[in-house]
Amino acid sequence: MYKYDDIDQTIVDERVAQYEDQLNRYLKKQLTDEEFRPLRLQNGLYIQRHAPMLRIAIPYGLLSSTQLRKLAEIADKYDRGYGHFSTRQNLQLNWPKLEDTPNILRELASVQMHAIQTSGNCVRNITTDQFSGITPDEIIDPRHIAEILRQWSTFHPEFALLPRKFKIAVTGSRKDRALVQAHDIGLEFFLDETNKIVVKVWVGGGLGRTPILGSVINEKLEWQHILTYCEAILRVYNLYGRRDNSFKARIKILVKALGIDKFKALVEEEWQYIKDGPNTITEAELSRIKAFFTEPAYKTNLDSNLESHQNEKAFTQWLTRCTHAHKKQGYRAVTLSLKPTYTAPGDASSDQMRAVADMADDYSFGELRVSHEQNLILADVQEDKLYELWQKAKTLSLATPNVGLLTDIICCPGGDFCSLANAKSIPIAESIQAVFDDMDYLHDIGDINLNISGCMNACGHHHVGHIGILGVDKNDTEWYQVTLGGNQGNFASIGKVIGPSFSAEQMPAVIRKIIDVYISVRQDDEAFIDCVHRVGIEPFKNTIYQETAH
Amino acid sequence: MATQLIQIDKIQDDDWVIIDLPVIEVEIKKQAGKVVQFKLTGEAYPTSEQIEKTVIPASGNIILPLQVYAKNKARLAERLNKGEIGIWLLTHEEIEKYIASEEEINQFSIIAIKTEKFADGRIFSIAARIRNKFRFTHDLRAIGDVLKDQLYFLKRVGFSSYVIREDRNADEALEALYDFSDPYQGAFDLKEPVWRRKKRK
Repeated sequence: MYKYDDIDQTIVDERVAQYEDQLNRYLKKQLTDEEFRPLRLQNGLYIQRHAPMLRIAIPYGLLSSTQLRKLAEIADKYDRGYGHFSTRQNLQLNWPKLEDTPNILRELASVQMHAIQTSGNCVRNITTDQFSGITPDEIIDPRHIAEILRQWSTFHPEFALLPRKFKIAVTGSRKDRALVQAHDIGLEFFLDETNKIVVKVWVGGGLGRTPILGSVINEKLEWQHILTYCEAILRVYNLYGRRDNSFKARIKILVKALGIDKFKALVEEEWQYIKDGPNTITEAELSRIKAFFTEPAYKTNLDSNLESHQNEKAFTQWLTRCTHAHKKQGYRAVTLSLKPTYTAPGDASSDQMRAVADMADDYSFGELRVSHEQNLILADVQEDKLYELWQKAKTLSLATPNVGLLTDIICCPGGDFCSLANAKSIPIAESIQAVFDDMDYLHDIGDINLNISGCMNACGHHHVGHIGILGVDKNDTEWYQVTLGGNQGNFASIGKVIGPSFSAEQMPAVIRKIIDVYISVRQDDEAFIDCVHRVGIEPFKNTIYQETAH
Repeated sequence: MATQLIQIDKIQDDDWVIIDLPVIEVEIKKQAGKVVQFKLTGEAYPTSEQIEKTVIPASGNIILPLQVYAKNKARLAERLNKGEIGIWLLTHEEIEKYIASEEEINQFSIIAIKTEKFADGRIFSIAARIRNKFRFTHDLRAIGDVLKDQLYFLKRVGFSSYVIREDRNADEALEALYDFSDPYQGAFDLKEPVWRRKKRK
């Protein structure tokens, strides 16, 4: 993985000093709340319902075991012994003290980490596929460009105070696991007919209040131009994006208002002045960055012992759901589920973090990844060690074999923690997980994404959940709107609202009915999402509203 | 009164006078909850009455509102040649509408951009455009809600002077010009990204 040199280290160290000065001026009342707000937000610091919330950057979701141990230590020392892995592949601390934040940043800087641009109206953490570098369907490893983009966007002088937040995602695989179409800019790498690396550039996608999938602004951009092209897009957005209404301030609204052709014309006009300029990426720089992501020392001719455990159903279920194919024979990627019942999705205790760090050292070359589904991944595990790893993971409640299943719920912190939320989300997730506790039944239901957001801001990505749940506020009471048919990936779609919303108590029964309808109408082994797309939402709607008096 | 002007990297006396638009009470009509005067980005522009009624001093170095200059272009030509004229614009005014060419823009000794709100980041992109597209080579000044915390970024996108908001200490603000010693990306001040400027491992 990428390692800091003196230049990177100096930047994060100088950032700690800069932030400490800003906080001191705020505490001395030399900065007003309004003036301090964009400054603290660019450092991932929110003032939340109970305490400040600090969001720590995990660039494109990649962590070393040393970094994870430090995060565990910080969670113990400055928080309540746990952290929340978010859908942006970051880590959030829910209970730090304002005065402690410079010290937390100092500790992070000691392991090459920071909280730069994890919030605020700036370019956020670049996200990518959690299986980068190891997945067999990969064409280009997107982490190289993700790192180049990370450096370019860090304290970019022009884009510190945009109309609204700005999210960039990168993918280089046939199957898009990075949701590129749901980002402000999505970059999809592929090889053209002459085997040159090129990029399909999507712009103006986003979830939130107005879910829109991105439009293609450039079918085939040469990779060298990514930074200058993104700069042109951001400049047009910075100049013309709406600033009068924060609900209409994302780039997707501008792209929609102008139309993609007009928007593209403005971008091309801006681009001609910077194209081929000094920020054009060179082969030499790409190779320098690439060298940080070389393959670990994989063993060859490994014996698999998986067959000897094929009669242990619990293990084989876990093997099916929680491991992913690897490009190297004899290896698999393992997803450690952070979604057991009765725990907030994405939460990990400091003990779990330390144990995962040990497992990363013992089984996966000391590295791990955070997925946008809020799970942890050990990317390079020998097949002959899987059984041993599974047993350890089980004792840590990290082996719930539910990855991709109904109870692998994506969920924002919701009204329990977040001051923006209209409604609680974690208790809804828990009540659904509690109803669906039969693992055999879950496996029979098969692949299904259930995503929950506590408000329109859609941190839980409810629009692209096969089943989406959105917390809404009606006369100060909490209600839940249900959507069906959303999807992520290459065939992304936005879910449709099935009808009036439900109370929290009704939700487990509503989900149960959705599943019952699916089971009764599915053909052979038709997946839930395919079934919904075939039959539409009507059968679901009819059953639910016929039986659930509202 | 102590000066609030930072020129390049020092506090200096200001020999330019900024000419403001006269304040004229306009009734802003509300319609369906939206202010009528608003354009796409939602801000008010100087009215023709304000432009008409701006008093232009007969001598001295003056920075005029963009649209006042545009309206009086012909009679200011001689003073422009003598280097007495600058212009200022708001962050939602488009200089392209009034100034046609690189040559024309470089006749101004100074261009000031006024940000009305600290959080309005358009000031950065307008500066980048004036420097990149129009290749403006003279003094580019940030005025309005200018605080310590924008200075480093303002410097990087091409500003050469800054008038710190009256209620803040300009000496303290000055320090922020040195917040970071080696930024990653190329911008106006350091054109090359760090991987071109330095040998990296």
